[in-house]
Amino acid sequence: MAEYVDGKKDEADYKRLHSFPLIRHTDMSEEMRVETMELCVTACEKFVSNNENAAKMIKESMDKKFGSSWHVVIGEGFGFEITHEVKNLLYMFFGGGLAVCVWKCS
Amino acid sequence: MTTQFPRIERLKAKMSAKDESKVGTVKSEEDKATQTSPPNSTKFTNFSATASQWEIYDFYQEEIKRRDQSSLQSIKEEEFEDSLIKIYDIAHLAGLARYMEGKVFHRAYADILYDFKHFEDASDEFRGEKGTLLPLWKFEYDKAKSLSVTALCWDQKHNDLFAVGLGSHEFTQQGGGMLVLYTLRNPNYPEFIFNTVSGIMCVDVHEDLSHLVAVGLYDGCVAVYNLRKKSDEPFWNSRANPGRHKGAVTQVKWQKDDLDSNHNFISVSADGRLVSWTLVKHELVFTDMIKLPVPDTIPENLKDVFSTVGTNLDFHKQKDNFLVGTEYGKIHKGSKFYNKFAETYDAHFMTVTCVKWNPFHPDVFISCGWDWMVKIWDQTMKSPMFTFELEIGAAVTDVAWAPYSSTVFAAVTTEGKVHVFDLNINKYEALCQQKVVSKKTKLLHIEFNPVHPIIIVGDDRGHVTSLKLSPNLRKKPKDKKGQELPMSPEVEKAKLEQLLSLLR
Repeated sequence: MAEYVDGKKDEADYKRLHSFPLIRHTDMSEEMRVETMELCVTACEKFVSNNENAAKMIKESMDKKFGSSWHVVIGEGFGFEITHEVKNLLYMFFGGGLAVCVWKCS
Repeated sequence: MTTQFPRIERLKAKMSAKDESKVGTVKSEEDKATQTSPPNSTKFTNFSATASQWEIYDFYQEEIKRRDQSSLQSIKEEEFEDSLIKIYDIAHLAGLARYMEGKVFHRAYADILYDFKHFEDASDEFRGEKGTLLPLWKFEYDKAKSLSVTALCWDQKHNDLFAVGLGSHEFTQQGGGMLVLYTLRNPNYPEFIFNTVSGIMCVDVHEDLSHLVAVGLYDGCVAVYNLRKKSDEPFWNSRANPGRHKGAVTQVKWQKDDLDSNHNFISVSADGRLVSWTLVKHELVFTDMIKLPVPDTIPENLKDVFSTVGTNLDFHKQKDNFLVGTEYGKIHKGSKFYNKFAETYDAHFMTVTCVKWNPFHPDVFISCGWDWMVKIWDQTMKSPMFTFELEIGAAVTDVAWAPYSSTVFAAVTTEGKVHVFDLNINKYEALCQQKVVSKKTKLLHIEFNPVHPIIIVGDDRGHVTSLKLSPNLRKKPKDKKGQELPMSPEVEKAKLEQLLSLLR
């Protein structure tokens, strides 16, 4: 019984512990990476349960800052294969279970 | 000559024929610029991945591990730097300190140790039958000053360790209690100290598993301490148990493991119930065994209200019989498996303070009470075999059989005296009557060490005194040729049987 309770606690805990933004794969330059990561975090925090709006926000800002044409996918379970411009990809995790993929390809 | 556009041709001919004069043609320039984007030089690559909950989780865990390790590394580096000014944890030194303490006491008490091991009172030869008790160590604990020794128990496995239960017999002086374990190697300070909420009334150390100590408290709880665990609290407690006693628990005794190999013990208390407690994992499971009978002087309708205070309990080593002494002066003999008592002996006029089976003879037991008497019984006879009136006006508080002889026993009284008898040598008088404590201190308990020829006595000041028995008190029986017979249970039993047969 105690273990079951602990298990549940751990479950809730990991979401809290794993909420920091963590970059899974990127080939961006340092500056671009930092900026993009911050942007993603802001967007996801702003639109907590609305991935579409968050993605919209990220894409529009990226287009403005770094040129066309950017693509953004936010979700909790998806597989992908994309073609991207070299040095313009960011794939990161955030908030315990969210994955964000941002890349440029015109 | 083309005839396709005859009109144009005629016009052309006309124009060229007319304009003969030369006019400079004005050249107009226009800048035209255009920028073409460079041919596609941006390189593209593919990237693929799967975003799933477990992938995300695993990756985070790795990251956390990586971070911890790196932080550990950095801490280690820091530590290494100030290792020169490191402060050691005191607990570190505990083991070493203990060892040193042992050595110091070895030196300090060297003379007493020598006495303990080697001293044999030579003057015993001149004393005829009488013997003496040589005081060895006095065990006292500061914080136990206001408490009296309510229980003593030797550890069967570690022959130099004994448990002392501290509390108070007085109804009006109830405070906390303590369970304290001393070892003969260090008389200055106890090895284990446990504080309890209420006074301890009885202690029993398990015969085989000497880390299990059962105690009974004044408030009716029973608790079992596990000496291996370093906690101040008992491992098992009956405080919350519905079967707990409603009166002070006067005696607890460990039993053999039951069929499920669970440890169990039996307790008797002032509420007249005998309860068996089984240690099942982390709980105490109780089983009501028997209720002490109420004397006939109390009217029928009130029999449930009044309870017979059980004061003492002793279990037979081989059989399943046990004896319970009561406040009414009766001793009841019962069996673990029957609901009724087999026999009742009218032992004393006042409370029975102690009842003990003889370790060698299966039918003999001894009892003592507040009526100044010590009586030895054969369980088949209704009246005692031997009766000794020790001192006028001195209630006998405890009596114990010697583990090395079936005819030797010792009793302590409220006058502070220890009486040692050997029935083989003298059937009427004590071989030794010695006052071992200062004035006005009552002796409350006595126990023989299972191996060494020493006894410990507990008094009402919270002190425990150890005494060595002189040779006269430890005489082994001699056979017809005058040579000492080897010690064996059969010999002892025969010795006692011989004595008893003279009386029957």
